[in-house]
Amino acid sequence: MITDSPGPLRAMRLKVVWTAALVISVLFWLTAKPHLPWAFRFPRAWQLPLKQEISSFMKWLAEDASLGLFSFKDLTRGIAWLVDIPLDIATSILSSGFLKGQGSDAVQMLPPLSWIAVIAIVVAMGRYARDWKLASLVGACFGYLAIFGQWDSAMVTLSSIVIAVPFGVAGGLLLGIAAYRYKLFERLITPVLDLMQTVPVFAYLVPILVLFGFNPVAAMVATIVYAMPPMVRITLLAFKQVPQEVVDLGTMVGCSKRQMTWKVLVPSASASLMVGVNQVIMLSLNMVIIASMIGAGGLGFDVLTSLRRLDIGAGIEAGVAIVVLAIALDRLSQAFAVRETDVHQDAKAVGLLERHPYSITCAAIVLLTGLGGLAASWLQSWPEGWSLTTGGFWADVVRYINVNYFDELEAVKTFLLLNVMVPLKRFLISLPWPVVAGLLALAGYSLAGWRLASLCGALTIFIAAVGLWSKAMVTVYLCGIAVIFACLIGIPIGIIASSRDRLWRGVQVFIDTLQTLPSFVYLMPVVMLFRVGDFTAMVAVIAYALAPAIRYTAHGLRHVDPLLIEAGIASGCTRGQLLRKIKLRLALPEILLGINQTIMLALSMLVITALVGTRELGQEVYIALTKADTGRGIVAGLCVAFIAIIADRLITAGAGRMKQRLGLA
Amino acid sequence: MSKWRKSLTGLAAATAMCVTLGSAAALADVESKDPIKITLHDWTGQFITTKIMGSVLMKAGYNVEYVQADYIAQFAGLKTGDLHVAMEIWETTGRDAMDEATATGKVENLGETGMQAIEEWWYPTYMKEKCPGLPNWEALKDPACAEAFSTPETAPKGRYLGGPVTWSGYDDERAEALGLEIEVVHAGTDAALFAELESAYQRKAPILLWVYAPHWAPVKYDGEWVDFPKYTAECYNDPAWGTNKDAKYDCGKPRGPIWKVAWSGLKDKWPGAHKAVGKFNVSNEEMGAMVSAVDLDGKKVDDVVADWVAKNEDRWKSWIN
Repeated sequence: MITDSPGPLRAMRLKVVWTAALVISVLFWLTAKPHLPWAFRFPRAWQLPLKQEISSFMKWLAEDASLGLFSFKDLTRGIAWLVDIPLDIATSILSSGFLKGQGSDAVQMLPPLSWIAVIAIVVAMGRYARDWKLASLVGACFGYLAIFGQWDSAMVTLSSIVIAVPFGVAGGLLLGIAAYRYKLFERLITPVLDLMQTVPVFAYLVPILVLFGFNPVAAMVATIVYAMPPMVRITLLAFKQVPQEVVDLGTMVGCSKRQMTWKVLVPSASASLMVGVNQVIMLSLNMVIIASMIGAGGLGFDVLTSLRRLDIGAGIEAGVAIVVLAIALDRLSQAFAVRETDVHQDAKAVGLLERHPYSITCAAIVLLTGLGGLAASWLQSWPEGWSLTTGGFWADVVRYINVNYFDELEAVKTFLLLNVMVPLKRFLISLPWPVVAGLLALAGYSLAGWRLASLCGALTIFIAAVGLWSKAMVTVYLCGIAVIFACLIGIPIGIIASSRDRLWRGVQVFIDTLQTLPSFVYLMPVVMLFRVGDFTAMVAVIAYALAPAIRYTAHGLRHVDPLLIEAGIASGCTRGQLLRKIKLRLALPEILLGINQTIMLALSMLVITALVGTRELGQEVYIALTKADTGRGIVAGLCVAFIAIIADRLITAGAGRMKQRLGLA
Repeated sequence: MSKWRKSLTGLAAATAMCVTLGSAAALADVESKDPIKITLHDWTGQFITTKIMGSVLMKAGYNVEYVQADYIAQFAGLKTGDLHVAMEIWETTGRDAMDEATATGKVENLGETGMQAIEEWWYPTYMKEKCPGLPNWEALKDPACAEAFSTPETAPKGRYLGGPVTWSGYDDERAEALGLEIEVVHAGTDAALFAELESAYQRKAPILLWVYAPHWAPVKYDGEWVDFPKYTAECYNDPAWGTNKDAKYDCGKPRGPIWKVAWSGLKDKWPGAHKAVGKFNVSNEEMGAMVSAVDLDGKKVDDVVADWVAKNEDRWKSWIN
């Protein structure tokens, strides 16, 4: 459709169509309400009975579905049993020790690794992977866990992460390879990945619990479902970007299919694949809070309990423990990825100790502290009396701000609420659904043709047809306004940081923190300063969704072709011109991708905003969970996913066209 | 988890020792040595009830395991038998999920815990200066008094912060039926509710909200409950009842019991434990004292529980015999 009409003609035709469509929409919106009430409020009689259908399907799946010899539930329980084996071993090594017997009858046969041993191991890994600088960073991260008394919980969390991440990475890699090899599979799996990332976990929590049992395995399954999609996407993308010459070389030397994958593609794409690993680690740690609600325990549980007591300091300490774990694991995995290239360095060394200096030192420390721990318990576990705490410090900070600046904050909030947020909300809710569906379809058509147009139209109508229109509009309003603010704050930060290396490194730590610090930690202080309601929800969403806006902007600007910048300087551009006319333009597709991710993250925060009393789809999912209504939750979750998909497809298509126009594609 | 596991191992060792020293009879009767899984949620009172029950079951020789679980999501586990006992299901917040679960026949209601949840509109004492008619509910009909509770978004009406929409408290209906000059706003979660209270209390700012007991808040903050017409069943069913002849809910909230529930298989697998959980009983006053000992005086949950168990030997012995 796009190619058959010459550019300028098509552009003009589209302009006419858009003007006409907008005029008709406005007229319809203003006048049609008395005549066509069904366009403003989807009639109950037309609603799809999807909720009940899904509920009964899930019930059937969990209780009666049979695969011949055994039921579906037996199968999932079997998987749970299998996954539990490595998880149990990890937990035994890191936190509980090897136990004989169950529950309160359990007797410890072997103690877990002592805190000294764990720190020694990670320090050695840091040194082995890169240098002493990394070693001391990782050591400091784990040291924090011990000193601030977070050790026991952190080890529980760590043991589930060290199992969940390899599963997520391996699963993602395999699915990615399959998608690379078979076009059909790629087409099938793309929408599934979108759903995995955008349907809130609460929506399918209950079925997972029934199928996998109420234990850490169920929590891990939920974690993997959420954390794996980026790995699949990145694998696919990385393979596609492997230079054709490399692939040709592989074919020429006669690689089999398997050799081609593992000996050619995976090694040449390894740098990009590590970005996927990083995302899996970050997202797994994101799930720590929700995992703790379904029996995983650990740091997430500490965050929840301390905030339930309004102990802000304890909540922050446990939250920061999650952040330092994320940073340590991420930096270690990055270093290992780079290292693989120079493994043969010290092949000359002969003695056992010389060949394996780190492993042997670690083994010695493990043994010594383990045995010593039997005599002196401080060698085994960090004594409680030595723990530091920031105590009431954080609570005092919040109190200070609250007592001294509440009125100013309240004034800002009231102004924004009354002048921006409430009018926008009213406007969006008043829009008739056929008009919205029509305009979105038109946007899809003008960006990518009929296929996208029908997708956008159909998904919009689905949302109306399940009777969640007004809640979906509140969702769009809340996320939309948060995304706008996140971009207004994030893009300038990205621009400033992109040209200053040291600042950029600082900003990176800041955004890593924002992404892994559980939002619950800052949600309660925000409630104290702004009360419950949309404004608080918006602040929390902005804080969480800011990271990609900064990251992608900076990334895009830093990777603009230096030759073009040279050319700009040579032709006498000022700094401002250089930024506006060259860098920003060329980085625009990347920035759009950042906005896309910002929208995704904003939507994934909905479940959290439900906790501060917003009335949107997240709340619907949350209510469904408390009423044990699986169908209702999944339908609302699908609506969230569909909003995400519409936004994603439109923006991706827009970015694609822009790339074409700039000659980048 | 490991902290608990460790202390559990300690406790188990202690019980084992007691057993070998003398009272071997109790242990021999235990029907199954598989661990009974009791759920822990995220608030102190529930830790205490659960751990009291757990310690008592351990004294009887049962094998007990504590599992951290979400208050609502746990029903999925109770239905399948992955979890066995949940000690605190509140009438207001858990009724729907509990009814849904018991209706399947896979979960059993083991009766009341003896604690009665008080749930009502509450304000800090300093608000009495601005609205002297309180605690009588009729004060909230007075526009001047209601305005003392207002915020820019609700003015001139007063603002009442209700529980999450999932706690069916009928507060919107109540404000309407009683003709209060109040707008009801819903907090999304219990933590948000008390975050607002803490914030307002620090500034001595106006606040009117849903508070419940047993909880640390009414112990920590100085305040009182609004005195509504007393709840009766007719008030909630019959519009003609009460001051407003055309509306229901023109009265206060009922005192809700806190229930214990268990997996239906508990009865067959561990009949003794089933009986003991059924008999478990503590009062509001006891619980309030223990909760504030932990949340306000900073004592450890395990110590408070051990203390209760040591002091109330006769009571818990009657549960397990």
